[in-house]
Amino acid sequence: MSTTTAPTGLLRWRLPLRRPSLVAAVAGGILAFWIGAALLGPALLPHSPIDFISDDSFAAPTAVAWLGTDYLGRDLLARLISAARSTLLISFLATLGAHLIGDTLGILAALRGGWLAAGLERGAEVMLSLPKLIVGLVVIALVGPSATVLVLVTAGVYAATVFRIARAIALDLVGLDYIRAARLRGESMGWVMFGELLPNMLPLLAADFALRMSFSILFMSNLSFLGLGVQPPMADWGGLVRENLEGLASGSLAAVYPTLAIASVTISLNLLVDRWGSSGGAGEMRT
Amino acid sequence: MSGELVRVERLTIGLRNGGPAIVQDVSFSAAEGEIVALIGESGSGKTTVSLAALGHVRPGLAFRTGSVQVDGVDMTRAGAADLRRMRGRIVAYVAQSAAAAFNPAFRLSAQITEPARLHRSRSRPAARAAAVELYRRLELPEPEKIGERFVHEVSGGQLQRFMLAMAMIEQPRLIVFDEPTSALDPTTQVEVLATIRAAMRGQQAAAIFVSHDLPVVAQLADRIVVMRRGRVVEQGPARAILEAPTQDYTRSLLEALRQRGQDTPPRAATRLAPVLEAKTVSVGFGRGNSAFLAVDRASLTVRPGEIVAVVGESGSGKTTLAHSLVGLHAPLTGSILLDGVPLADRFQRRSRDERRRVQMVFQSADTALNPGHTVGQILGRVLKLYFNMDRPARAARVRELLGLVHLRPEHADSKPGQLSGGEKHRVNLARALAAAPDVLICDEVTSALDTIIAEGVMRLIATLCRERKLGIVLICHDLTAVAGMADEVKVMRHGMVVEEGQPGAVFRKPQHPYTRMLISSVPQLRAGWLDEALAVRQGLGASTSSFLELMEPSE
Repeated sequence: MSTTTAPTGLLRWRLPLRRPSLVAAVAGGILAFWIGAALLGPALLPHSPIDFISDDSFAAPTAVAWLGTDYLGRDLLARLISAARSTLLISFLATLGAHLIGDTLGILAALRGGWLAAGLERGAEVMLSLPKLIVGLVVIALVGPSATVLVLVTAGVYAATVFRIARAIALDLVGLDYIRAARLRGESMGWVMFGELLPNMLPLLAADFALRMSFSILFMSNLSFLGLGVQPPMADWGGLVRENLEGLASGSLAAVYPTLAIASVTISLNLLVDRWGSSGGAGEMRT
Repeated sequence: MSGELVRVERLTIGLRNGGPAIVQDVSFSAAEGEIVALIGESGSGKTTVSLAALGHVRPGLAFRTGSVQVDGVDMTRAGAADLRRMRGRIVAYVAQSAAAAFNPAFRLSAQITEPARLHRSRSRPAARAAAVELYRRLELPEPEKIGERFVHEVSGGQLQRFMLAMAMIEQPRLIVFDEPTSALDPTTQVEVLATIRAAMRGQQAAAIFVSHDLPVVAQLADRIVVMRRGRVVEQGPARAILEAPTQDYTRSLLEALRQRGQDTPPRAATRLAPVLEAKTVSVGFGRGNSAFLAVDRASLTVRPGEIVAVVGESGSGKTTLAHSLVGLHAPLTGSILLDGVPLADRFQRRSRDERRRVQMVFQSADTALNPGHTVGQILGRVLKLYFNMDRPARAARVRELLGLVHLRPEHADSKPGQLSGGEKHRVNLARALAAAPDVLICDEVTSALDTIIAEGVMRLIATLCRERKLGIVLICHDLTAVAGMADEVKVMRHGMVVEEGQPGAVFRKPQHPYTRMLISSVPQLRAGWLDEALAVRQGLGASTSSFLELMEPSE
């Protein structure tokens, strides 16, 4: 019947967008490069990120130190690569945490409704009304900076936003008959949440995950720039910018490289999400 | 009849990048004041042809050869500017689903006068006056004020009439109707058909009417074009096609219609003890002043191997009654017994085995199957939950169940999105059967399906009932389908059972005027059917269906 042909018509409209695009390939390549660097880089590099290889601070690039040295005369490339590891790992874990908390509570709120949903929503609104950076500063000032604290703070700060998104997506689905059928036949709450609902929410949640991860990289970089992130002698990209800021006055690019690294990862993540969303990946949530 | 308005000549439409044609060598014409019906099954190309009259092909398709002349313009070659000028003004379109065609965020009048605004053909007050005049002609209640409503504030039948108003406001020369009544229930369909017929009489326009329902077409069309697999099988004046078809295909269509509802099964000599009973059940919605009784003291007895059909138009409370049987709506009064033992009123408080024994088959297979799971997972989950089967046992049982509903074992690996409408309905049915239930409650399971596919699903339900001694409650609005297979019929109106008994007796000698109206609403091939149906409705009093639709949110 004509009603069943309409969706195929829409899909056909989208078809031309699906060809592998240059943008997606470049963005994917950049991300793959950084992930590879974070995993293998430290083993391949000649210097440790905490070795002093030069007496000069902000030395110019040489054959041994391709990007020159930082403010204490350490190999900047080695530091950049090791910072990639901490930055990507911490932001990934933080985003994962934000989604674990946010998705679970969001689906629960959509399914249960009532006072539980009302309570969770008010809680999320309170969280959203607080400035994220200030919350981070206060918590870290209280308990002291460490990688674990950083992950937990970032996860907590973003969980409220993720909660709202997950709840909105789930609310669209809970009224459908297959959820009703599952509850009617006596499925447990856990199965309805993670067996029935979650698979249909994944495309949109995955898109949010990538976006959220770029936010959390920026958030952590902000904290590190203020000296509350990963602690010396290790550093993440935000910390590298802060350490080497004074080099800008003397014409060193030491603070610019980590900035470029942050920009390249966040922009790539966003491009991939955009690309994926427009190609219909996120559109096939419901049939 | 004056001059020819539309001439379709050797029209061929196919995929843009080659391959076989979707529509091939289709020719017909329509004169002023004439209604031409395009009839055929889904996939016959009838909608594609009708859209060509608007100069539109679905994305991916292209006009190949032939032409569609409308008022002297070839729509297949017209440029974007010409098409814009033609559409809405010279050619108008009435879609199948009015609910999907209107924007819920704007008032109806704003949308209906939009063509006039777009074409700058008249001032805003003039357009509004024209719209009110149309509402009056289309017999919409309170024509002065009803245009200020939103989509959700009018009934389905009224919305379809608004759609008609939108098409007619620019007084087009050609109106294309795409299955305008197939989404409506039979009694509403009668009203809308009558409105379309009356409205077309006063117009200097031609109409192309697309439908798969031959009896509907018989009431309206001057000419009929029968299509199959993209080609015209035969065409001619409506009377000639209906009374003396020359082609076998047309004859088989007519024959299938005549046979419907003829074969009433003999009732089993020994009836088994009731398995599920509802005793004077009342179900209400809302509280205080807005409280509303959707089901009013209805009783129902289901025996193994028998089908109880519950019929009535939308809003009669039949779906709510079904929901109370499975515990989705707690009854206010009355009781529901399984094997003589009272069941808890809400499903949460019923035991797993009680839930297993009474299974519900949901109306829309599109939303009843989880699109993220494969068919195997959907069926397997039920087996794991109720019988705790291990993986190999589940796989074997899934194959059996698929065979039971005439699907192939490979279907276990498909997701619902990869299945056709009929296949999805079979999976939907198989999931209920996986629980090895004693009672199956089928809620309008065929209302969205083509006649031929729907009949297949109905026959399957009947076979399962007889062979496996299943008790079945069949919620339905298609009286002819029920007449052929039910052991007992209950006619519901305003939440009350107004008539009950064996289908043969109920349909041959309906006692209640409402039953007579329902029976008269089922489209028939006879030329005078529409007028008779209208006469029966008038005997029953004011238009009840639209009123009721407003009262109960349809679930």
